[in-house]
Amino acid sequence: MKVKKILALALALVMCFAFAACGDSNTPSDDEGATSEQTTDSNLSFANEGTLKIGGIGPLTGDNAQYGMAVQLGAELAVAEINAAGGINGYEIEFRMEDDVSQEERAVNAYNSLKDWGMQMLMGTVTSTPCKAVSSETEVDNMFLLTPSGSSVDCIEPDTAFRVCFSDPNQGLGAADYIADNQLATKIGVIYNSSDTYSTGIKDKFVEEAAAKGLDVVAEEAFTNDSATDFNAQITNIRAAGAELIFLPIYYTPASLIMSQASAMGYTPLYFGSDGMDGILGMDNIDTALVEGVMYLTPFIESSTDEVTAGFVSAFKAAYPSQLQYMNQFAADAYDAMYIIKAAAEKAGITADMSVSDIGTAMATAMTEITVNGVTGTGITWDASGEPTKEPRVAIIRNGEVAAA
Amino acid sequence: MKFLSQLISGVSLGSIYSLIALGYTMVYGIAKMLNFAHGDVIMVGAFVVYTACVAGGLSPFFGVLIAVVCCTLLGVVIERLAYKPLRSAASLAVLITAIGVSYFLQNMALLIFGSDTKQFSSVVSLPSVTLADGSLTISGETIVTIVLSLIIMVCLYLFINRSKPGKAMLAVSEDKGAAQLMGINVNAMIALTFAIGSALAAIAGALLCSSYPALSPYTGAMPGIKAFVAAVFGGIGSIPGAMVGGVLLGVIENLSKGYISSQLSDAIVFAVLILVLLIKPTGIMGKKINEKV
Repeated sequence: MKVKKILALALALVMCFAFAACGDSNTPSDDEGATSEQTTDSNLSFANEGTLKIGGIGPLTGDNAQYGMAVQLGAELAVAEINAAGGINGYEIEFRMEDDVSQEERAVNAYNSLKDWGMQMLMGTVTSTPCKAVSSETEVDNMFLLTPSGSSVDCIEPDTAFRVCFSDPNQGLGAADYIADNQLATKIGVIYNSSDTYSTGIKDKFVEEAAAKGLDVVAEEAFTNDSATDFNAQITNIRAAGAELIFLPIYYTPASLIMSQASAMGYTPLYFGSDGMDGILGMDNIDTALVEGVMYLTPFIESSTDEVTAGFVSAFKAAYPSQLQYMNQFAADAYDAMYIIKAAAEKAGITADMSVSDIGTAMATAMTEITVNGVTGTGITWDASGEPTKEPRVAIIRNGEVAAA
Repeated sequence: MKFLSQLISGVSLGSIYSLIALGYTMVYGIAKMLNFAHGDVIMVGAFVVYTACVAGGLSPFFGVLIAVVCCTLLGVVIERLAYKPLRSAASLAVLITAIGVSYFLQNMALLIFGSDTKQFSSVVSLPSVTLADGSLTISGETIVTIVLSLIIMVCLYLFINRSKPGKAMLAVSEDKGAAQLMGINVNAMIALTFAIGSALAAIAGALLCSSYPALSPYTGAMPGIKAFVAAVFGGIGSIPGAMVGGVLLGVIENLSKGYISSQLSDAIVFAVLILVLLIKPTGIMGKKINEKV
């Protein structure tokens, strides 16, 4: 008995040391991982001493990892380009991305650890629900927040919070207008995720605008995060109601399930999605026949020929040849976000020794004065509420490729 | 016609719940423990099929066969390494171990396969059946799921009630000590239970992902919980109970989604469960055992 106790104690101690060792060795290596491209490159020269520290938060693991990974790559690409061109106001940018698994508590933890690192501005978070939680933290600190893809209205409530992408209501509005203007269908079914603010936000505005445009929403069906696998009941109801088009303001994983279950039932309506649909072709082993003809709102279409998009696409391909599945709107949003930060910081004359709060106030003013030509839109401007003004774009999947509709 | 369609979807979903619930109920009946890792064995099974068929290019039949073998081994190994050393420990310790195994399997899958959701190619090549001028279509997956579940359940029922090892399992479930005195190898019987339960999990995984073709390391978690509910619903420890419980759960879930509210379906399912347990605490087909003092 005594031997066992001593053994247990010894093992516990060994474990403590092992964890402690992990902690010690991890922290610096994380630093290296996040910033190695920018900091250890001695060829870069900057006019001023000091660095501007920009943090990023997003899901790098878990269900929405595809979004977070794309944002990380897009942002790092822009940071490398900006640093190579002399940085922002002569200061080198340091960028560090933390994982939030798309969860609120994790996002706030990530925010706090980025603050400990010395973050001066936040490019994040990637998904809406964590973004709301983090934006109430940034409000306390008056930290500048630019979310690349957090589209829920209340993500950018603080005065110093802005976004690159469309808000949820604006997506619902754009989708209803597009469907009505192009006469895609008159009878429409909606399947949305009632446990997700992104989904309900788009759906509410869509239903309102559809009624105004004379579209007939014949069925509104919901599901929750816990019941996101079996959609037979919802599809059966929508089919019985005679819908010709199903509007899916949801992410691509449940969307792919809906399409495969409808097709198994022999029901083949048109599908129109929000920007959460982007990435559906990146799913492993996706059946391209299943998603043929699917349309969705997206700010980034790879095959676009405009100069900024083409430049982004070729730079991304050169920088990450093995990770092309992440070259999507989230990468584009993040890429734009870094250039937007650069434009605003130059307008505001941000220096590395300014306090977080001063930077926040100065950036908020500058944001309303700049016009940015980015990958996700031309001539993007912002008002004080933080909403961008730009034209919506619609993509369609044809022969396994995304094309402009 | 809409009602029939909703009903069939419900039975199809319920059949999968039943298959999973069989694993829970058998293990509970014999080892008197809740094997919460069972849902994740399903996920492992589905990943094996996915790897064998998509990466290995094998036919679905061999894919499922390999998955059955892998999951059987996995089930036995889990039992041997994680549960057997705790056989005389408190039931709470075993429960926590099971939760630990569940997380272990999820995280292993996360490490090996990554978090991206994979589109699962159906293992069923049967075409769908269209009835009543196209207004009712029953997919091949649904037919295979229902038929296969029925066959498996009948076989299992016969195995347990007619064959020698089956009867030995039954004896162990009734009285471990007495069974041992009668010359039954209790450890071997428990291992056999895990082997059968896990083999069924592999089949359930392949069928689950054929009907709902999105595969991620968390695929097994929610169906696992629902199937556990189904097992309790039908009377945990009872094999016909698991079948009835699973199918009823699937039908109630689907009909409440279709006719009451697609948001409240889970709440309704659990409300029905509470009602059943209030009226019949041992579940629909559970036996009440009087402890003799």
